[in-house]
Amino acid sequence: MELCDYTAHELHDMLVRREISCEDICRSIFKRIKLLDKKIKAYITVIEEEALMRARDIDQEISQGAEPGPLTGIPVAIKDNICTEGLRTTCASKILHNFVPPYNATVINKLHSQKVIITGKTNMDEFAMGSSTENSGFFPTSNPWALDRVPGGSSGGSAAAVAAGEAICALGSDTGGSIRQPAAFCGVVGMKPTYGAVSRFGLVAFASSLDQIGPMTRDVTDAALMLNAICGHDRWDSTSIPTDYPDFTTFLVDDIKGLRVGVPKEYFTEGLSPEVREIIEKAIATLETLGANIVETTLPHTDYALPAYYLIAPGEASSNLARYDGVRYGYRADDADDVVDMFIKSRSRGFGDEVKRRIMLGSYALSAGYYDAYYLKALKVRTLIKRDFEAAFENCDVLISPTTPTPAFRKGEKIDDPLTMYMSDIYTLAVNLAGLPAISVPGGFRNGLPVGVQFIGKPLGEGTLLRVAYSFEQSSNYRGKRPPIVEEVL
Amino acid sequence: MLLTIADVEHVALLSRLELTPEEKEMYRRQLAKILDYAAKLQELDTENIPPTAHVVPLQNVFREDEVGEHLPPEKVLANAPDREDNFFKVPRIL
Repeated sequence: MELCDYTAHELHDMLVRREISCEDICRSIFKRIKLLDKKIKAYITVIEEEALMRARDIDQEISQGAEPGPLTGIPVAIKDNICTEGLRTTCASKILHNFVPPYNATVINKLHSQKVIITGKTNMDEFAMGSSTENSGFFPTSNPWALDRVPGGSSGGSAAAVAAGEAICALGSDTGGSIRQPAAFCGVVGMKPTYGAVSRFGLVAFASSLDQIGPMTRDVTDAALMLNAICGHDRWDSTSIPTDYPDFTTFLVDDIKGLRVGVPKEYFTEGLSPEVREIIEKAIATLETLGANIVETTLPHTDYALPAYYLIAPGEASSNLARYDGVRYGYRADDADDVVDMFIKSRSRGFGDEVKRRIMLGSYALSAGYYDAYYLKALKVRTLIKRDFEAAFENCDVLISPTTPTPAFRKGEKIDDPLTMYMSDIYTLAVNLAGLPAISVPGGFRNGLPVGVQFIGKPLGEGTLLRVAYSFEQSSNYRGKRPPIVEEVL
Repeated sequence: MLLTIADVEHVALLSRLELTPEEKEMYRRQLAKILDYAAKLQELDTENIPPTAHVVPLQNVFREDEVGEHLPPEKVLANAPDREDNFFKVPRIL
């Protein structure tokens, strides 16, 4: 085991005891990236020199007596739709291939103030639209557990980097499951916070009422540490919730006696593969052994979440992506006759198929004559879905479900059939529509592939989520497990 | 549902996208399939249900109207594909 295979809190303990330096950690990460990223392709941009320089600076501060904070010197990878000042931010799109943000996202400033070391920018589905990272405008990423399979998406690069020791932690973004689904596919922890808990300032907008940044980590403790670092009200994001947040590590308690865990029956119907069902049922049994009260519950409008989502998210996207016109930044077609022709040529060459599909779907749902039947209808159904959760939480503290219907699928398997691809987010979408927090934790393996367990919480119920996820994690032994490709190079 | 090539051309125009004939046919087929699936929402009676555009119960977030910091023009223009002085330059409009 090398330094890059430890968790942030383990590395922190070693740093505090002065057994290792930040530079040691950093060198270990870049050594791993050099060994494996040719095969995994988790990163779009790697910044080794800057990272090492920063590590040495922090080491010097420590040698002068500064006490390392919980994330000091921890190498963190950033999804490439989160703006980093002076560091190319592409959204894995040709239309932003050369975009260098003039400012940092709020989460980046927050991580800098924790003395985190940013390793680079990770691959994703273009503009976060996809479930496999195959929609990247540059190249696909491989799942470290099986290179012929997808890492999930859209935060596939972040998930793969954390799983393979190419970063200790990462940031992803989740609009319909884009943190949790790749976390499940890659055997890591992924958390989508309550809508408004983490500032979206500097997150390139996909669907503004659904997008949320969150941590992707090796264990639940690291997720709590990362959440501590990034959450909080931000005056630059008017949708961020003005409230005080607790220290989330205080919820890392191995005790769920009396906790009411709801099992929504609609999440266990025919679409669920037998291998995933078996693991989730085992997880439910484990929680019961730990003293939780298992409650059967119902979310009656579950079947309507996917169609509602695929009108609302593309609707918002069609509006948000109108800004890519070749005027102020990004790709511009240089052979246009006039300004409108320049917009059209730049967009047509700059966007990939899935992005075009969603822009057109959204434009259609919002256009005159269809708005009431599609977009407005979907917003009303969103209310019904939100009410389902409110009713379920009258009798439950937290819900448990699969994160995904199947383990990671093969590359190319679903890419030609958008609707089938969309189905892989069937258990994660409703959470975004309702604005709830949720976490995916490794629940076991089938045929060498990780399977994720999802816990869903009440608004601002991150503490309870972390408590149940932590207790579940303590009772399982998947934390030390590494992908075969990593075992080979050790 | 029936989606015609003319429908696809109309939404492509609204989206400021140009498509090849093959793309038009591909999107016609794919969008029709997705919209068919979306038609499932019509099964629900939502007559008296208010729409949810946003989940956070925040209304009208106010702040003082004060002059604050802003990005200097050089930083704003640094990514410009083309510029003239402190302006973004584009091809002719008329």
